[in-house]
Amino acid sequence: MESLSNKRKVIESKPLNFWERAYLPAIIQGLSITMKHFFRKPVTISYPEQKREFSENFRGMHSLKRDENGKERCTACGLCALSCPAEAITMIAAERQKGEENLYREEKYAAVYEINMLRCIFCGLCEEACPKEAIYLDGDIVPADYLRKDFIYGKDKLVEPPLNQ
Amino acid sequence: MGTADILIRFALIVIIFLISLVVAMYSTYAERKIAAFFQDRVGPNRAGPFGLLQPLADGAKMFLKEEIIPANASTFLFIAGPSLAILTACIGSAVIPWGQKLTIGTRVIDLQVTDINVGILYIFGVVSLGVYGVMIGGWASNNKYSLLGAIRAASQNISYEISMGLSIIALLMMTGTLSLREIAEQQHGFWSHGWFTWNFFRQPLGFLIFIVCAFAETNRTPFDLPECETELIGGYHTEYSSMKLGFYLFSEYINMFISSAVMATLYFGGYNFPFMHHLGLSDNWVTILGVIALFTKIFLFIFFFMWVRWTIPRFRYDQLMDLGWKVLIPLAIANIVLTGVVSTGLKYFGF
Repeated sequence: MESLSNKRKVIESKPLNFWERAYLPAIIQGLSITMKHFFRKPVTISYPEQKREFSENFRGMHSLKRDENGKERCTACGLCALSCPAEAITMIAAERQKGEENLYREEKYAAVYEINMLRCIFCGLCEEACPKEAIYLDGDIVPADYLRKDFIYGKDKLVEPPLNQ
Repeated sequence: MGTADILIRFALIVIIFLISLVVAMYSTYAERKIAAFFQDRVGPNRAGPFGLLQPLADGAKMFLKEEIIPANASTFLFIAGPSLAILTACIGSAVIPWGQKLTIGTRVIDLQVTDINVGILYIFGVVSLGVYGVMIGGWASNNKYSLLGAIRAASQNISYEISMGLSIIALLMMTGTLSLREIAEQQHGFWSHGWFTWNFFRQPLGFLIFIVCAFAETNRTPFDLPECETELIGGYHTEYSSMKLGFYLFSEYINMFISSAVMATLYFGGYNFPFMHHLGLSDNWVTILGVIALFTKIFLFIFFFMWVRWTIPRFRYDQLMDLGWKVLIPLAIANIVLTGVVSTGLKYFGF
């Protein structure tokens, strides 16, 4: 019967000759190949000291941005939390008081803003959802830690440092 | 033999014991480092400069780990296994001549613990005892994988000891002595009477058989079937933990060191190096350089062991037995016959 694809390949199987059966030439060939690798430069990047360059669209740790006057952009609208497929973001909104105009851009701001880095999948949907251009995933890799509770990042870790300091 | 002699002998034993432990310790480091280089990696480099303190860290870890003796294991044999393994690994170094005589004042110090006239037989006895540690440990663990590993180790070592012995017989036909000191002395220098003095150039086939068997006896790749992780978890030391596991791993490296020393002594001139008596140095300096030469040879052999480990994959069990019984033993016997014919012929034609 003819095979379906008609692409049958006939494999030639010659019996091994004496030197092939003696193993030794093959072993010496193998040893020379590994020896070549012995003198090759290692491809390792020793991570904490050396870092691989990130690509243009790398998404790392979140940062909450400030505007050009150093005021927090976030208005606690909750769109990022809504768009988050991993439900990693929570926030509590608060009203801006008199005298805080230099801290928050609009009348409403996020008093508490938490991202659970163990839940976050770094999809970037919060970045896309934000109408105020307040959140960006432009940071580094999230560092390792010992306790689960330490992976819930609050405003102390997320908000950009003030401009003129 | 005065008290001073005994003290010197004792000091020599302690020094050799310490050296074999240190060499074994740093062999683990070298193994990891060399493996890394062969695989284009960096290897351990965090503990100390270049990771040089890594063996100490590993040792400390081994000591501090929890010691587990399985409920169904035979406690006495379970402890006896690794103890025997490390004991037999260490006592092999007693007959190896580490150097020529050292003269301090009027005292002549022999750099060899004991020069018994059946040195090679002693080495063989010790090597065959080595399998007991593995066998007892594997049996006492009461675990299928351990038992399989132990059985493999036993049959493998017994099979390869035969061809190892046969390859040595051909060598002994040329040297006419069993004492390692005399064999080393016969290979004096590098070149005399128009031919190399080292036994490797008189017994290349014998050396090939010997080194293959040495790989098998020390359970090194490609003959590491007794402890192959992929098939038998850990082989005979599956159930072991803490320093008892450390003893097994350690004895493997000491075995490697001792068998390298034996190979260097039997086939590569031991402490002899080229032009050793044309440099115009005093005898003591020649001795010291000779010790360095011997250790260089040993380290090269250890490197070769590791080089082969990261090159050749493991044998299948039937291939292992095929190689041992159908190839190496006939080859070794042919080597004996060839040696006899050639040496008689050379004598007959007056060389």
